[in-house]
Amino acid sequence: MSRDEIFQKVQGVLVDALGVDDDEVTADATLMGDLGAESIDFLDIVFRLEKAFGMKVPREELFPVESLLNDPQLVSNGRLTDQGLAELRQRVPHTDLTEFQKNPDINKLADLFTVNAIVNYVDSRMNAA
Amino acid sequence: MRWIWIDKFIEFHSGRRAVAVKNVTLAEEHLHDHFPGFPVMPECLMIEAMAQTAGILVGEAKNFQEKVILAKIGKAVFFDYVTPGDSIRLEAQIETISPEAASTSGRITRGDQLIAEIELMFSHIDQNLAGKKFPEENFVFTGAFTSLLRDVVLESSQPGARGTESAP
Repeated sequence: MSRDEIFQKVQGVLVDALGVDDDEVTADATLMGDLGAESIDFLDIVFRLEKAFGMKVPREELFPVESLLNDPQLVSNGRLTDQGLAELRQRVPHTDLTEFQKNPDINKLADLFTVNAIVNYVDSRMNAA
Repeated sequence: MRWIWIDKFIEFHSGRRAVAVKNVTLAEEHLHDHFPGFPVMPECLMIEAMAQTAGILVGEAKNFQEKVILAKIGKAVFFDYVTPGDSIRLEAQIETISPEAASTSGRITRGDQLIAEIELMFSHIDQNLAGKKFPEENFVFTGAFTSLLRDVVLESSQPGARGTESAP
């Protein structure tokens, strides 16, 4: 499946799950900030991705953040430590960390989850098979 | 006054699908205000009735061990009014179920007529993502709800107690 086709399908999933319009779902749109997603929506998105792409999506692979935030080795003073950043890089290879790592403020973690991140994840899963 | 918006289950296929009925009566006090001279069942209560049908279906799928809470109304579209004397049929089916949540789709019909299409998502709050703790006893599935299942022949019948009350 081409990246464009994946993008179209992911767009459809987000339109259904979040009740937003097609044109709001741009590649750089953040799920929480721009599209208004909440935690229950993340679960809805995972369910719909599974249906749309015919694959099991362990939620922690796509949105793994919670366990990171509770570990004092990984987070200090509201920022990710070097170990935390390394851990993050490993768990979410589908997100773009270039801007985030300059100032790894945990309040900005949500911004990592863009439409592009989801497309990257699906792309890597589909093309690894 | 008890907050039960379904009268009985007429079909129950554990983990898959359930059908309940609700009879609408002028004895329901709110109908006299909703609206004066034009009593119609509020759509929000139809959603609640569907949430109870689907919620019990989801809860039973995990033997009422989870606290199943309505978390999201994905879609609720209504096609006609429901008035006193109507008997509506609520069909719910589980679309997906995971440790943290479940999603259901449902239809409400009156005879042959489609009244509503409702899609819901439930959260199993003990498995919540934020790590919040809730009281141990299951405050969601009290005797009032589990007794609705007593008269229904469960497709996969299991011996022994269910929920917070033992079987008769």
